[in-house]
Amino acid sequence: MISNPALRYGLLLGTLIYLYFAVGSYDVNWSRVYEGLDRGWKFIAAFSHPDFSTRWTDISEGLWESVIMTVTSTVAGIAISIPIALGAASNLAPKPVYLLCRGIIAVSRALHEIIVAILMVAIFGFGPLAGFITLSFATIGFLAKLLAEDIEDMDRTQAEAIKATGAGWLQWINYGVQPQVMPRLIGLSIYRFDINFRESAVLGLVGAGGVGATLNTAFDRYEFDTAAAIIIAIIVIVMALEYTSSIVRARVQ
Amino acid sequence: MLNLEKLSKTYGTGDQALTDVTLEIPDGQVMGLIGPSGAGKSTLIRCINRLVEPTSGRVILNEVEIQTVGSRELRKQRRHMGMIFQEYALVERLSVMENVLSGRLGYVGFWSSYFRRFPQKAVDEAFRLLERVGLDHMVDKRADELSGGQRQRVGIARALLQDPTILLVDEPTASLDPKTSRQIMRLICELCAERNLSAIINIHDVALAQMFVQRIVGLQEGQVVYDGSPDQMSPDVLTQIYGEEDWEATIETVDDEDEDDSDTTT
Repeated sequence: MISNPALRYGLLLGTLIYLYFAVGSYDVNWSRVYEGLDRGWKFIAAFSHPDFSTRWTDISEGLWESVIMTVTSTVAGIAISIPIALGAASNLAPKPVYLLCRGIIAVSRALHEIIVAILMVAIFGFGPLAGFITLSFATIGFLAKLLAEDIEDMDRTQAEAIKATGAGWLQWINYGVQPQVMPRLIGLSIYRFDINFRESAVLGLVGAGGVGATLNTAFDRYEFDTAAAIIIAIIVIVMALEYTSSIVRARVQ
Repeated sequence: MLNLEKLSKTYGTGDQALTDVTLEIPDGQVMGLIGPSGAGKSTLIRCINRLVEPTSGRVILNEVEIQTVGSRELRKQRRHMGMIFQEYALVERLSVMENVLSGRLGYVGFWSSYFRRFPQKAVDEAFRLLERVGLDHMVDKRADELSGGQRQRVGIARALLQDPTILLVDEPTASLDPKTSRQIMRLICELCAERNLSAIINIHDVALAQMFVQRIVGLQEGQVVYDGSPDQMSPDVLTQIYGEEDWEATIETVDDEDEDDSDTTT
């Protein structure tokens, strides 16, 4: 591939030296890995006998908290996203509004949920309120961006025809724009509901409420059978949501 | 009565779409606007209801100067100008009835339109108009289930529900087959006669225009180059508007034979 032999062998040598130092800089404690393998296997084995009953109160409370966080944050997120999406669509909004709304979306997308959650826990303390705010905030970046793009792709003449009847701005949005983007809005909302539930399970790890907190406690106590039960519960709920969303999305075309 | 005085439009890109267009359209007159693609026909009718803002000149409809009114008054003035589009421009995911009633949006407040509570008089009139255009059996169909000719009829009903004094018609037949084209043109002209409406009809098909309209205006590169009756159209005139071509075959070759007036396919 490389015609110059000096460069070819030089690169090869360089790679070997890099690998030597790269591997050498890891301090691998092999006896610790060996012990860990055993513990990892115990965790996997726990899936064969998940324990729902011992900590059932904790599990059900955690799951319920996650569900509440998911529902409220999705609803709030959508409610805030819609006006921002209208502002972030270049064919509807004047330039300053457009830039402001795109700015909000960019900030929301730039920060990962975990980072936002850590910040919110610092501000609002431990518990589901921090999780609710985090997920609402993350929903804006996702939903407003994709909805704004759908609005930008809409058929202009349909909207133009409504404007020509003498409709006001809100009527124009309601008749000329909304019908065109509604299927996409519904699809995205359901999808985001799905994501928010999965995220709510993770946010507990940093103290922002939900079933993640329960899962974290179970790991800390080495109660792998309870942890397995929680993970199975999460998987079942996510699959149920997935199934429901595919049905709904097929119906709103 | 619609007056255009020295209407000009230069787009942001520097394209001069209209240059000093001065026209007078008396009540009840149906005017055909012909000219090559890019001559400014669409721009002209969009400048009248300010979907496109003209650069200079005046548009005066029934003694109101459209150019100077504020946005609230513009909304009111747009009610007097019914618009019919080339690709029908129906809102595809709304029902036929919702599409027709959207012609009434300029008259009702936001919440009553949001909850689809239009005054009973408007609803009655919508039913009457749908019956007039031959679609009273399609009221609850979604607009995207209709054929081209049917869609254009819904578009006509929507424009008429505005109770306009003038119709702005942008290539009404460009996406339709020849027979449906004639039926649509005939319907528009009949309705104009019934209601004493004036109309500006952008149209590519010169022969079709000659069959139906009372006056033809030729536009070329944004300027009026012909203004006269359809009978006076000659190969020379067409050459002036469109450029050199053999025009003998284009003029008055079609006779307006009687045909049955239902293109309802379902």
